[in-house]
Amino acid sequence: MKEQLEAMRRTAEEQIKNFNLRSELEAFRVSFLGKKGELTAILKQMGKLSAEERPAMGQLANEVRAYIENQLTEKSEELKKKELRDRLQKEKLDVTMPGERRELGHKHPLSIVLDEVKDIFFGMGFDVATGPEIEWDYYNFEALNIPKGHPARDTQDTFYITENMLLRTQTSPVQMRVMEKQKPPIRIIAPGRVYRSDAVDATHSPLFHQIEGLVIDEGITMGDLKGNLETFAKRLYGEETKIRLRPHHFPFTEPSCEIDVSCFRCGGKGCPMCKGEGWVEILGAGMVHPKVLQNGGIDPEKYSGYAFGIGLERIVMFRFEIDDMRLLYENDLRFLSQF
Amino acid sequence: MKLSKKWLNDYVKLNITDKEFASGMTLSGSKVEGYEEEGSELKNIVVGQVLSLERHPDSDHLWVCQVDVGESEKLQIVTGAQNLKAGDHVPVALNNSVVHGGQKIKNGKLRGVESFGMLCSLGELGLTAHDFPYAIEDGIFVLGDDCDLTLGKDIREAIGLNDVVTEFEITSNRPDCMSVVGLACEAAATFDVPIEEKEPVVKAGEGDVNDLLKVTIAAPELCYRYVGAVVKNVRVAPSPRWMRERLRASGVRPINNIVDITNYVMLEFGQPMHAFDLRYLEGNQVIVRLAKKGDKITTLDGIDRELEDDMLVIADAEKPVAVAGVMGGEYSGIMDDTQTIVFESACFNGFSVRSTAKRFGMRTEASSRFEKELDPNGCLRYLNRALELVQLLDAGDVVNGVVDCYPTPKKAVTLPFDWQWINNFIGIDLSEEEQKKILEKIDFKIENGMITAPTWRGDIEHLADISEEVARFFGYQNIPNRPLGGVASAARTPVQQLQILVSNTLLACGLSEVATYSFMSPKAYDKICLPADSKLRNYIVISNPLGEDTSVMRTTPLPSIMEVISRNYNNRNPEASVFELATVYFSNGTEELPTEKQVITLAMYGDKCSFFTLKGVVEELLEETGLKNYDVESVSDDPSFHPGRTGRLVVNGKELGIFGELHPAVLENYGVGTRVYAAMIDFNILFEERNDVKIYKQLPKFPASTRDIAAVCDAETTVAALEKTISKAVGNILEKITLFDVYQGSQIASGKKSVAFNLILRSPERTLTDEEADSAMKRTIEALKKIGAEIRS
Repeated sequence: MKEQLEAMRRTAEEQIKNFNLRSELEAFRVSFLGKKGELTAILKQMGKLSAEERPAMGQLANEVRAYIENQLTEKSEELKKKELRDRLQKEKLDVTMPGERRELGHKHPLSIVLDEVKDIFFGMGFDVATGPEIEWDYYNFEALNIPKGHPARDTQDTFYITENMLLRTQTSPVQMRVMEKQKPPIRIIAPGRVYRSDAVDATHSPLFHQIEGLVIDEGITMGDLKGNLETFAKRLYGEETKIRLRPHHFPFTEPSCEIDVSCFRCGGKGCPMCKGEGWVEILGAGMVHPKVLQNGGIDPEKYSGYAFGIGLERIVMFRFEIDDMRLLYENDLRFLSQF
Repeated sequence: MKLSKKWLNDYVKLNITDKEFASGMTLSGSKVEGYEEEGSELKNIVVGQVLSLERHPDSDHLWVCQVDVGESEKLQIVTGAQNLKAGDHVPVALNNSVVHGGQKIKNGKLRGVESFGMLCSLGELGLTAHDFPYAIEDGIFVLGDDCDLTLGKDIREAIGLNDVVTEFEITSNRPDCMSVVGLACEAAATFDVPIEEKEPVVKAGEGDVNDLLKVTIAAPELCYRYVGAVVKNVRVAPSPRWMRERLRASGVRPINNIVDITNYVMLEFGQPMHAFDLRYLEGNQVIVRLAKKGDKITTLDGIDRELEDDMLVIADAEKPVAVAGVMGGEYSGIMDDTQTIVFESACFNGFSVRSTAKRFGMRTEASSRFEKELDPNGCLRYLNRALELVQLLDAGDVVNGVVDCYPTPKKAVTLPFDWQWINNFIGIDLSEEEQKKILEKIDFKIENGMITAPTWRGDIEHLADISEEVARFFGYQNIPNRPLGGVASAARTPVQQLQILVSNTLLACGLSEVATYSFMSPKAYDKICLPADSKLRNYIVISNPLGEDTSVMRTTPLPSIMEVISRNYNNRNPEASVFELATVYFSNGTEELPTEKQVITLAMYGDKCSFFTLKGVVEELLEETGLKNYDVESVSDDPSFHPGRTGRLVVNGKELGIFGELHPAVLENYGVGTRVYAAMIDFNILFEERNDVKIYKQLPKFPASTRDIAAVCDAETTVAALEKTISKAVGNILEKITLFDVYQGSQIASGKKSVAFNLILRSPERTLTDEEADSAMKRTIEALKKIGAEIRS
């Protein structure tokens, strides 16, 4: 019986070694160690043994059983590892194949940059105000120190609805509307559509967007205007950006200026984008004319302020190097999906 | 405004580069658009003298010339020109030279004869006979006595084609800078150099102007001043080279001495001048008056114009002879046989000139200056300058005296000089003296605490205007930057928050944002098949549109988004899903501003799109905005939409929007050959009905029971009706109802359909028993029966 057990151990060991599948291993466990298994069958013969032999054989049988169980577990672990390895190997993918995408929509480039500009001004404490696109002549011109017959009207060819009602040519009327409603301190930007009777070409559109800004408080100076707009330029184009103010004329600000930023492409050395000048004009600004404050019901003796206007299309076109404004309003998906 | 450097040098001496000049002027407020050196493309062209000419042995029109260009070796040059003779001085383009237009000249052979360069015409130097009236255009430019004839001299220097022209953008408040003197003043102040201004000197002549000319201003509110002078025995001839050169550099074509003098004075001082032939001034009279209805004039450009009774004219005793400040009459202009002329130096109301010029569609050099309000105080001085030039050029005999009508002399603006206010306004710290020094450079006078602006500075009205003068010469770049201080609100309004939510949701649903024009063609309403009496056709009309396509303000965004769809379809984009928060405009008559409303507009086409894709997006949007209790009604009567595939969203009795497949007729009108789905949702109503309050609901503690139910009903019965019935019957233990199948076909009687739902039943308080669930299903079956739906077994 001892030999039988030893032989059994050897065969079992041999068999276990050769198994390749865990299912075979399981079948073997049942056939060997199960209730009707070989080892059990041998143990059933224990009864025939003498009382002296029985403990030693019993011990040996248990040893064999433990040994084989151990072998089975080890083999099982090994096979499990191997199977995992095989599976992983089989599951290899060509990771260069394209992903299955859930397609998102594309924000319009005008919105992308406008949202960025809004965020910058939010961060500096500005609210976003709005006003009507169809405006009274009064708000668009008169109140802004541009009376009828003023030559500045020539540079803003206007679409009229009636003699006194028009499509606003600038977002500046929102300044007036805010001043009428709100007492200082005022700190707003007012983005929106504006209209001028310009035929469509690569750099003109009868409809475009401006972002108006207005700050009014006690003791506001041109130094604030410079500091504020320099911060804006740095946030929009990067910390190393510089601004340059050039005196200009707007009827509703005095002093007035146009503001250039150092070319964000060449850093000011001169390149095709800045036409070799190193500077790119991005906005107009100035100290709110005391007459305009008065028209808005704000005491110019007590308060002062500054205003600015940014052409959105211009900064969008610079940002994405778009060379034709028409693309922005044609809405071809081949264009929009690039953003 | 083009500024000649040579001319500027008469007034200020600057020792800086052209680039420094441009940048300095720009930073002090006179924006330089660019500058250019005249003739800079011409290379290696020199003065030569033709020593001899011979016929080309092999040609009957070519000449072989021997030319002296100041070198020991004479050059042999072949030319086809027929206007040369020995001794002529000519421009010679040497080997490896460049002529106007960029053409390179090299030694070569013409019909076998060697030619070492080319003799140049005016055109090859970029000039015309206006620049050198004694030369011809279709031959070689034979240099006259007014050129430097030194052989070998660079041609640009020899003929004065070497000015530097700086182009300025002059803002509308500074008509005084539309002149050489105005810019010279700015330059002097910018670069801190003196300006050399001379008073014009007119030598005494003969007679008395008052015997020859009578001036009356009949409309003093529109004509502030009129100064006239008379020149007899006019000798019309070309102007001297220096004058022609300066006119050319300023972009004005030289004509003859008299015309050139008027232009010269205009460019030098910004004062438009006019010259009349006295012969044609009936009664030797100048009357500045409003035109009479029916008055006519043929202007210098040869066009017959009918005048209106609010237009200012210069008339003689009988008829208008010029449109004041805009253009002279053809009839009374200067001709070759003109003997006696009247010079006009006047000042007109800017608004009047602008309005007349605009109506006639002719913005002239004169009108573009007058419209900005010139200074009447300069008129006499500038007229004297013209007379001085007449004498200098010997263009005629000046009659003694001038006729000066100046009813109300213009007074200078004087303000208290509050220099501290200026410091505070700009944010600088200059002393009174420092400010005074800046302001006196540009002719402001400061005395006894008061500051007086020069009268040519019509833009100065307020201390703020003066602060700009201080700031720009102090240098905007020198004003210390101050970071914005204080506290402000910086909050998005609820409307702005909803706009962001809508936009983000639609982007996440795969729709791309578009931007369309707010105006459109009135024909668009036909294209979207709206009936003639549709209220939407009550649109706002632009009175002066660019064209019909952009002539009315939209009352519906559908045509705009259809244009986008159509463009993408025709550009062969296989699919497009787009949206816009589009503004529409509704008239409130002429006394009130229109109502502007936003409409969330969606449109899509392509293989992945169906009615239900669109509806899914709409549902997603409504869910995101927290809008739950809305109804969907079937719409069959909207002419823009498919009568069987359109729904209306209704919330609290308000029409929130419409969505569906577009009508094939609309698609045909837009040339789109595929189904298109579109939706329009009223942003205002969405805003009113939105629910942005979110409160956490406890996660279920008890298990759910699920049941499926399939009902056979009339094909016309809506899923919504079935759902409503089921929901009501099951009661509040219904957690969720999901449609999972709709079947019509062989298994079902015709005209019927089978609709299957999955129900999740749950109680928040306890585990539902099977009996409870079963009894709910029993109630459901009964309720469905009542609406004619049988359970499918």
